[in-house]
Formats: sequence, structure tokens, C-alpha cells
Amino acid sequence: MESQAMERQADEKIDLRGTPCPMNWVKTKLRLEELEQGQLLEVLLDDGEPMRNVPGSVKAEGHRIVEAAPLEHGFRLLIERAGDATQ
Amino acid sequence: MDTGKSKEQRAEQRAEELKAGGFIPQRQRGKITVRCKAPGGRMTSERLAKIAEVARRYGQGVVHLSVRMSPEILYVDLSDLDDVVRELGEVGQEIASCGKRFRVTTACGGCEYNPNGWTDTQRLALEATDRFFGQETPHKFKTCFSGCVIDCMRSRQTDLGLQGMVRPSLDAEKCTRCGICVRVCQDEALTMAEDELPVRDTDRCTCCGDCIKSCPFDAMVPGRIGHAVYVGGKHGKHPHVAYPVAELVPDDTVMDVIEATMEWYRQHGNTGERIGNTFDRVGIDGFRRALRDVVGDGLLTAEDLQKHGWRSVFYRGLADTFPQYGALD
Ligand code: SF4
Ligand code: SF4
Ligand code: SF4
Repeated sequence: MESQAMERQADEKIDLRGTPCPMNWVKTKLRLEELEQGQLLEVLLDDGEPMRNVPGSVKAEGHRIVEAAPLEHGFRLLIERAGDATQ
Repeated sequence: MDTGKSKEQRAEQRAEELKAGGFIPQRQRGKITVRCKAPGGRMTSERLAKIAEVARRYGQGVVHLSVRMSPEILYVDLSDLDDVVRELGEVGQEIASCGKRFRVTTACGGCEYNPNGWTDTQRLALEATDRFFGQETPHKFKTCFSGCVIDCMRSRQTDLGLQGMVRPSLDAEKCTRCGICVRVCQDEALTMAEDELPVRDTDRCTCCGDCIKSCPFDAMVPGRIGHAVYVGGKHGKHPHVAYPVAELVPDDTVMDVIEATMEWYRQHGNTGERIGNTFDRVGIDGFRRALRDVVGDGLLTAEDLQKHGWRSVFYRGLADTFPQYGALD
């Protein structure tokens, strides 16, 4: 699965494996805010608490998760930045 | 005045009268604590400011937040009682009650603003307090609402606790088979089936909703939202863990559950006996029968309690101490 190529190319990448909650979400949020609407951020997250929290927060802020793929440990999410009006 | 009573009896009666009104005699002679009503622990800033002002003017400028979320104004002179009540009343601040009756309902943030919440705990706590507050029961009767299975309000240690829960449902069309839900579930209730769609083991599911929150594609969605009903819990000198008696009870049945429980308690409880102790004395099946009329097939059976979903809530062997629920006919 890990080698499977993503359909869309990420504009930015951030590896948050090893970064605990809630810092992983804070960093995700800040990186998303640096992007333009419609650009893509790739985020790598650990299993467990991070995956219980971050995807929900991403959705709650109005961003869209366009792809999600399991890694051996953790997940890779591809997030499309929402326009400011929806936040 | 009843002259047949001794001085102590009269003092005790007076103390009871005060408590009924929400005034607690203090250790300090002539001083009382005034307990303010705050259903769900929610206050307007206007009421808070008034409480602060009253505490400054009539007390010693200190307020204690009670274990069940009521602000208590300390060191009020018994002789100032009427003025205190009148001043608080100017902003609609009412006095809470103590003693053998339905107490102010407590609640967490719930779905209104807590990211984990599934039920509207704040609205229901307000409604329950409006409807039942002050009604007399054999002993004190506490109720609470938690918005999810994390149960911050401790519904399992309350006379009657209602705890939010959600039964997930899968929209297969939207599912990309990413597997996030399977990995986030802490109760190993989800597995990827042969066709790679997640399948839920209903016996293991605790209805926490983590899979719904983390599904990126809104494929895992709330199927049914409702309340688990716990009854007979308390803390204190002889703590009691509540019995889980019903699940997924919808919002519009909740007030009926409270009413039916109080009704049963009034009929079967001895004066001065908490409802959990009444169950110890007369068993719980009579109550389950009464509740079945209200919650229907939401009623839990002995079999249900043996499933992982319920056993996992009552860890450390507690599950084994449940009384055998009988078959109802
Ligand atoms: S019980 Fe659930 S909804 Fe309520 S405060 Fe705790 S985590 Fe939030
Ligand atoms: S997280 Fe959502 S999309 Fe992914 S497998 Fe589970 S239900 Fe399907
Ligand atoms: S609701 Fe909770 S326990 Fe049930 S399947 Fe989803 S994550 Fe697992």
C-alpha cells in the first residue's frame, strides 16, 4: 500500500509521526493556512489518538480529505485546503 | 410551633426546612451557605456577576463550586436570607435545593460544543430541571447527562445517569476502504471484510462514535443516536456502581424515563433509602419491568451485559458482580 502512488500531487508535505496530540493538529492547521484554497497538504500521522482526533478536526474546519492510505504504522492523508469563507 | 418536640427535634426540623430551600447551615453559628441553581453547570455572565456581588455584600467574598456544579455563596447571615434571595432573583438566579428530592441536573457540554458529544446534554439538563426540580423522593435523587461514552459526568455513579451513544452505520457507496475506522476503534469492533468494506461487530461496539469522527469521507455516519440509562449509582460512604438498564433511548423518551424511575422509586423506596439500596433490597427486575413500558426493546438483558460492549465498560471484574437479570414475561 505504501508504495501506491497518490493520484494527485501534494503541494506540501508534513510528517507528524511522533508528534503527539494536540500539536499534530496545531501543525496541520498552521500548514494548511499557509496554502492557497484548493492546494493539497500531505500529512503523515501515527495510529491511535492522532487518528482519532486529527481527521475529525480537519473536517470540522471545513477542509476536505481527498485521500487516505494506511502506512505500516499510521496513515497518510491528503488534505485539500478549504476557502476561508467556509472556516 | 409543635411544642411536643424537643429542642433538638425542632432544630433538626428547621435545618431540614432550610435545606429544602437550598440553604445549608454552616459549622459557624448563624451562618448559612446559599446554593445557587445552575442546571448543567451553565451560567450567564450576568448571573455570575450578581452571585459575586452578593457574596461580597452578604458573605465573605468567597464562592465554592459544589461537586455537582452549583455555585455556593458562603458565610451568609441567616438574618440576611430574604435580601439575598431577592437580590439574586433580580437577575433570575434561583436557589438550588438539598435534601430528599430531585436535585438540579448536571451535564457536560455535549453535542452543542464538545467535539466528542453526541447528545444535547445542556438542553436536556435544563428541561429535566425545569420539569422535576424539587419533587420529593424517598432520599436525594441525582441525575446527569454525559454526551458520550467517555462519561465525564459519571452517569455510572449517579442515581439516574443518561449517557450519549451512537450506533454507526456505513454508507458503502462513499467508503474508499481506507481502513482508518478499523484502526481507530479501540474495542476491535471493526474489521475489513473480504470485499474490504468495514464490518462492525455489534457485540463489541461501545457506540463511542470514534469511527464516525475519523472517517475522512463521511462514509461512516451516525445510524442511531440515543442515551444509555444507568440507575442506582452513587458515591459517598457506601458507593454503588449503577446498573446499565437501557440503551439508545431517544431524546423524546428521556423525560418519560426520569418520570417512570421517580414513580417506581416513590412506590418502592423506603424513606431515607437511595434507589440503589432499594434495588439491593427488592431486586431490580420490578424496575426493569416498569421501564420496559417506556423504553421497549431498548431494555438491556442479562445476555446484553455479557457482551464485550458492556463488559468493557465495567472492567476489573465488576461485570461479574452484576445481578442476574431475570427473563421478563
Ligand atoms: S462525556 Fe463526552 S461529550 Fe461530555 S465532556 Fe466528556 S468527552 Fe465531551
Ligand atoms: S474510514 Fe470511512 S472510508 Fe475509510 S474504511 Fe472506514 S468507513 Fe470506509
Ligand atoms: S462506535 Fe466506537 S466501538 Fe463502535 S465501531 Fe465505532 S469506534 Fe468502534
